Amino acid sequence: MKKKVLTVDDSRTIRNMLLVTLNNAGFETIQAEDGVEGLEVLEDANPDVIVTDINMPRLDGFGFIEGVRRNEKYRAVPILVLTTESDQEKKNRARQAGATGWIVKPFDPAKLIDAIERVTA
Amino acid sequence: MDMNEIKEIFFQECEEQLAELESGLLKLNDGDRDPETVNAVFRAVHSIKGGAGAFGLDDLVSFAHVFETTLDCVRSGKLEPGPDVLKVMLKSADVLADLVSASRDGGSVDESRSRGLVKELEALANGELPSSSGAEAPRAASKPAARAAPVPEEALKPTDESGFQPIPFTFDGFGEDEEPALEGSVYDVTFKPRRELYSKGNEAALLLRDLSRLGEMSIACDMDALPALDKMDPEASYFAWKISVKTTRSEDDIRAVFEFAEWDCDLEVRLAEETPSDEEQPMIPVPFDLSILDGASEAEEEDKAVEQAAAEEAAAAAVSAAETAASVAKAAGAAARAAEKKESAASAAAAAAAAQNNAAAASAGQTIRVDLDRVDRLINLVGELVINQAMLSQSVIENDTTGTSSINMGLEELQQLTREIQDSVMAIRAQPVKPVFQRMSRIVREVADMVGKQIRLITEGENTEVDKTVIDKLAEPLTHMIRNAVDHGIETPEKREAAGKNPEGTVRLSAKHRSGRILIELADDGAGINRERVRQKAIDNDLIAADANLSDDEIDNLIFMPGFSTADKISDISGRGVGMDVVKRSIQALGGRISISSRPGQGSTFTMSLPLTLAVLDGMVVTVAGQTLVVPLTAIVETLQPEASAIHSFGANQRLISIRNSFCPLVDVGRILNFRNTQANPVDGVALLVESEGGGQRALMVDAIQGQRQVVIKSLEANYTHVPGIAAATILGDGRVALILDVDAVVAASRGQSLRPEMALKPEMSLAATG
Repeated sequence: MKKKVLTVDDSRTIRNMLLVTLNNAGFETIQAEDGVEGLEVLEDANPDVIVTDINMPRLDGFGFIEGVRRNEKYRAVPILVLTTESDQEKKNRARQAGATGWIVKPFDPAKLIDAIERVTA
Repeated sequence: MDMNEIKEIFFQECEEQLAELESGLLKLNDGDRDPETVNAVFRAVHSIKGGAGAFGLDDLVSFAHVFETTLDCVRSGKLEPGPDVLKVMLKSADVLADLVSASRDGGSVDESRSRGLVKELEALANGELPSSSGAEAPRAASKPAARAAPVPEEALKPTDESGFQPIPFTFDGFGEDEEPALEGSVYDVTFKPRRELYSKGNEAALLLRDLSRLGEMSIACDMDALPALDKMDPEASYFAWKISVKTTRSEDDIRAVFEFAEWDCDLEVRLAEETPSDEEQPMIPVPFDLSILDGASEAEEEDKAVEQAAAEEAAAAAVSAAETAASVAKAAGAAARAAEKKESAASAAAAAAAAQNNAAAASAGQTIRVDLDRVDRLINLVGELVINQAMLSQSVIENDTTGTSSINMGLEELQQLTREIQDSVMAIRAQPVKPVFQRMSRIVREVADMVGKQIRLITEGENTEVDKTVIDKLAEPLTHMIRNAVDHGIETPEKREAAGKNPEGTVRLSAKHRSGRILIELADDGAGINRERVRQKAIDNDLIAADANLSDDEIDNLIFMPGFSTADKISDISGRGVGMDVVKRSIQALGGRISISSRPGQGSTFTMSLPLTLAVLDGMVVTVAGQTLVVPLTAIVETLQPEASAIHSFGANQRLISIRNSFCPLVDVGRILNFRNTQANPVDGVALLVESEGGGQRALMVDAIQGQRQVVIKSLEANYTHVPGIAAATILGDGRVALILDVDAVVAASRGQSLRPEMALKPEMSLAATG
């Protein structure tokens, strides 16, 4: 059974990188372009793990994480924040919103896969 | 898809983000204080930085980073985006664009410029306003930004020591020294998760699994806190673990395992005593068994800890109890899902496929990217289809005059469909002029800076759509004209002030649709054309005779003559050997026209009229001196049959026609095009009332109207160069070639600017029957 990853990122570049990296690593990948779309596809995607950006139009990563955590069915799904934000303040906010962990950009396939493995059984 | 393709996508995206960045900054410059505008600007830079980081484009990353930091100050309200601040930001956007192109094409960037801007940006982020700043300085400076701009490299690494609060924990050690370790030391780890750890999707069992990968591990679970079942909160955390790890790794590596969880647990890591005493063992040490984790066993097969694991029931129960208790929600969710699946077992496959489709559709978005070549091929084919359809109609009409209604109806429908297909295909190529307009704002900034003028570019109608070919070819002439306007058009601030004008000059660039064409206007509020000087220059350059009697309008249009330059001294901005004649030629090559109107002291306006598409046109097919011509329908206001009484002679060989009590010059098309030498009798022909660019009306005399038809434009320029008075050619339904009339050129010629006589068409030179 392939693990399903929902990725939420507004950058086409990063979306493609995520897709290639995750598919190569044997994950099934579902993608959304911002927080609003992420919440919309959440039910259908039924992900084992979520990877989300922070800075996005319409609904940012914080709002998206909160939205997922409010959802009875998905509130325990691991959420990894994929972001260039390295300062403590941003991480704190992500954690308060309910993020499980984070992957600091620059995007590195090995780091991504490693982080996903860390939070999924 | 490989990395190169993704990189290509990245650069495409950069272009979009840069456009977004610039338009956002310009909006801020215009006083827009919508937080979403600031956010969009921030995101644009942020996105570029993120992608650049993934490709190791370090120059781009470091500049974007400084820029982003300063923008963050604006976003958080620490920095007021006043005009001086925005000036720096706009320049930074330009440098960012340069860095992007340098990364893509391998060019180089003006390093002193980017370094200078980095300093300026850092100063802004530190609460210093640019030195040139005026009244705003004290206010903004009084609230220095808390954040220093340059974030050192180390900050990019995930080091999260700050949130960690060690809780002292004592125990007498456990974990027998089975064999003398090859290398490495034994660490005692105590780990007590809090409920938040689970609510954030972390999982104690997974953390312990990761820990086990560092070396040999034995583990004990402290279940003392576990209450009776009826008192148990299923989402609370009751267990703590004591772990002993023998590893060659450092303490930091051990802590790194708990990186995601360290704020939501009590964690202690310390080097174990040299010889742990095993007299007293408050807990039962158990080898950690990973088989309890679904799907994890495979990966861990090589792990020593697993291999020796003799899965003691107590430990397994302990860990799995923790897992279950803490993630009841998860389990419930899974159960619910399982139930759902059972219910719809029959249609499971279909449902899954549907779900996937939904997800795919949702993530695909509303646009697709298509190779331009494919669109062009499609457009060419549709063009052929239009011609073919016209020919078919024609031959049906010729061969079957009785015309059974079903064939005629079918043909009409075919015609309608063809028309719709054509419109839709054209719409694919239609793009807003915005990208070109945005490029111009940078040029204005840079040239204004170079020549020390204050200039504001106002753009209007950026969303006006026009064929992509037109847009692509518009950039160059427009750039040249903008440079001219800034360099020559607008006066220096001192001169402007002396003339009682706002020291800041304005250049206005606008686009709009007008009667099936796009009209682009470039207006400056500068000094206008210096007619004395233009005239003198033209005389000096032997362009006109010294005693030539020219109207103001004619003098203004002299600047379009080849080799004409009015600047006193050739500056390095516009004096690059490219004159307005080149601009005029490139506009004409697009089937467009350009004219200038100027008022001394008030500025000049260049007006360009361009076709929306270079592929088709609605035309009226007419006969002139035995030749078939097509007159663009958009130009024609009305057609009428002149009566002898309405025709009046005027001057030597001018004639006017009176239409509803107003007079309108009569233009004999056959004579203008040199199709014939004698004037036609207006009463024998038809007059086409046309509106020309300048706004005036003219009556074009033709011999007869054949009909109205959509024609596919075939350029003549490739084979015959520019033919005055003729815009292009087309192939009619019967296979004949017809020339498409350039109405404005003909009208202009009728005003005395005669078309070149050598282009006279000899009657025996037939244009017919090529197909």
